Amino acid sequence: MTAFLNHFTFEFKTGLRNPTSMLMNYLFPLAFYAMMGGVMTQINPGFSDVLIPAMVIFAAMVSSLLGLPGPMVESRDAGIFRSFKINGVPAVSILSIPALTTIFHSLIVSVLISLTAAALFDGLNPVSWLNFALLTLLVAFTFGAIGALIGVISSGSRSSVLWSQLIFLPSMLLGGLMMPLEVLPASVRTFSGILPTSYAMQAYLGYAYGAETLLDPRVCLLVLGAGGVLAFGLALYLFNWDSKNNTRRGHPLLALLALAPYLVGIVLA
Amino acid sequence: MNDVVISIQNFRKVYGDFVAVSGISFDVQRGEIFGLLGPNGAGKTSTLECLESLRQPDGGSLSILGVNPSQEPRRLRNLIGVQLQTSGLPANMTVEESMRFFCAYHNVPPRPDLLERLGLSEKKRSQFSQLSTGQQRRLALALAVAHRPQVLFLDEPTAGLDVGSRTELHALMQELKSQGTTILLATHDMAEAEKMTDRVAILLQGSVVATGSPRELTATGSGFTKISVRSEDSLLHKNGTIFPGVNQRLVKEDYAIFYSTDPGATVAALIAHVGAQGDKLIDLRVERPSLEERFLEITQTGGSK
Repeated sequence: MTAFLNHFTFEFKTGLRNPTSMLMNYLFPLAFYAMMGGVMTQINPGFSDVLIPAMVIFAAMVSSLLGLPGPMVESRDAGIFRSFKINGVPAVSILSIPALTTIFHSLIVSVLISLTAAALFDGLNPVSWLNFALLTLLVAFTFGAIGALIGVISSGSRSSVLWSQLIFLPSMLLGGLMMPLEVLPASVRTFSGILPTSYAMQAYLGYAYGAETLLDPRVCLLVLGAGGVLAFGLALYLFNWDSKNNTRRGHPLLALLALAPYLVGIVLA
Repeated sequence: MNDVVISIQNFRKVYGDFVAVSGISFDVQRGEIFGLLGPNGAGKTSTLECLESLRQPDGGSLSILGVNPSQEPRRLRNLIGVQLQTSGLPANMTVEESMRFFCAYHNVPPRPDLLERLGLSEKKRSQFSQLSTGQQRRLALALAVAHRPQVLFLDEPTAGLDVGSRTELHALMQELKSQGTTILLATHDMAEAEKMTDRVAILLQGSVVATGSPRELTATGSGFTKISVRSEDSLLHKNGTIFPGVNQRLVKEDYAIFYSTDPGATVAALIAHVGAQGDKLIDLRVERPSLEERFLEITQTGGSK
């Protein structure tokens, strides 16, 4: 337990000490929130209704997809995981503790957004704060697991950026954050079913806001939960201690299995 | 001393078509400092990494205190300490954080005494990236021994260290040895190996080409003792006189250098000659062949000598 706490404390401090992590965990999500709250709500008043969930999902995406994989790849390449291994740090700790601290940072940002959005930008508060909080945990977990999986399978910093952007950009544009899924053309809407943000946004609308949703919120919960668990399981299975040692249990493309729940979601939802 | 702590039997490691280590065998006894010497690519790091369970062997058997590193890596963790060639720690981890971090995973209390001993206590709040290379290596050593392992692996431990730190490291190694710690030292520094090790194995192209104590190895070489003489008038630089036991002579800077198979007779004859010629002796050095010379001899002949 002491080892876990020491490790967690260190990783949490890293999220504040490291300028890039600080940017991804706090500065970028909060600056974007301020911009969207100030500008987007003026251009599109309907955006106020989804400002809180959209910005909470955005915060989780930025910290997990843009902030988590890079340092993981750098640590592996710098031989830090090797040092950890010979000192008895288990693979599950190396993967889960940075993901947990990233989740923790994104939860702090989520609290800041949730508590200020109504006062600052006329953001609509959830009707069920409990459901909102539980969903925020689930969303942070799912993105944390995806970030860990990207960190594990990326052969270098460049490929980690590529994989992250491959999820991040479509999620921003087509995942229901900037515009509702309902207004997307049918073919694009089907494609958006492969993005975790689509399910996250629909789950918030259904469970936290009591609104009518395009997708079945129960399916959204299942897809998000299964997607997170599968991504973390695959990250653990494909984890490699050492960039110089290519022996690993499976081909990195096995990571594509993490898409399975979303493909099922397209059919079910 | 007849207690085998590290046993390596027919150990083999290949990378694709490249055979890095081809069936080497040797044992290391308890409390011994054992040197693993060899040029780059000889197989030293592959051997160490398989012993440390960072890589899987492709043949043969490895055992540390009866534990097979590839089958029981978790059991091995508290038995061994490892200082890797490149000390990999997170850039923003402070010295005291790293001590707390690793000691917690080894389930032992942190060792501020080690930081003090290795001159790092003033740097305890410095981040790893702010330390000099020497300080980083000293920290890596402190972390490797903090849980009092029975077996210590040191990979080029003095690379980048200044003279004072090096002396301190050697003193610490001797102290650990006296407490019964077995040390496997991979080094390029022959002077260090000669000074610190009880026995060495010289690896060349994945095979052990020589084993023994540094004294044994140097004795089995060409057998010549090097005698260097400097005199006021440099009369020994002339090639005319024959001295007993001398096989080869040369002049280097102000010194006349003789390679002798009978150093006692040669030295006596040289002193007598200098006196008889009215010259004045300024310096006389008798050196047995160093491990470095023997190492070069072995590696240049491909281990055939």
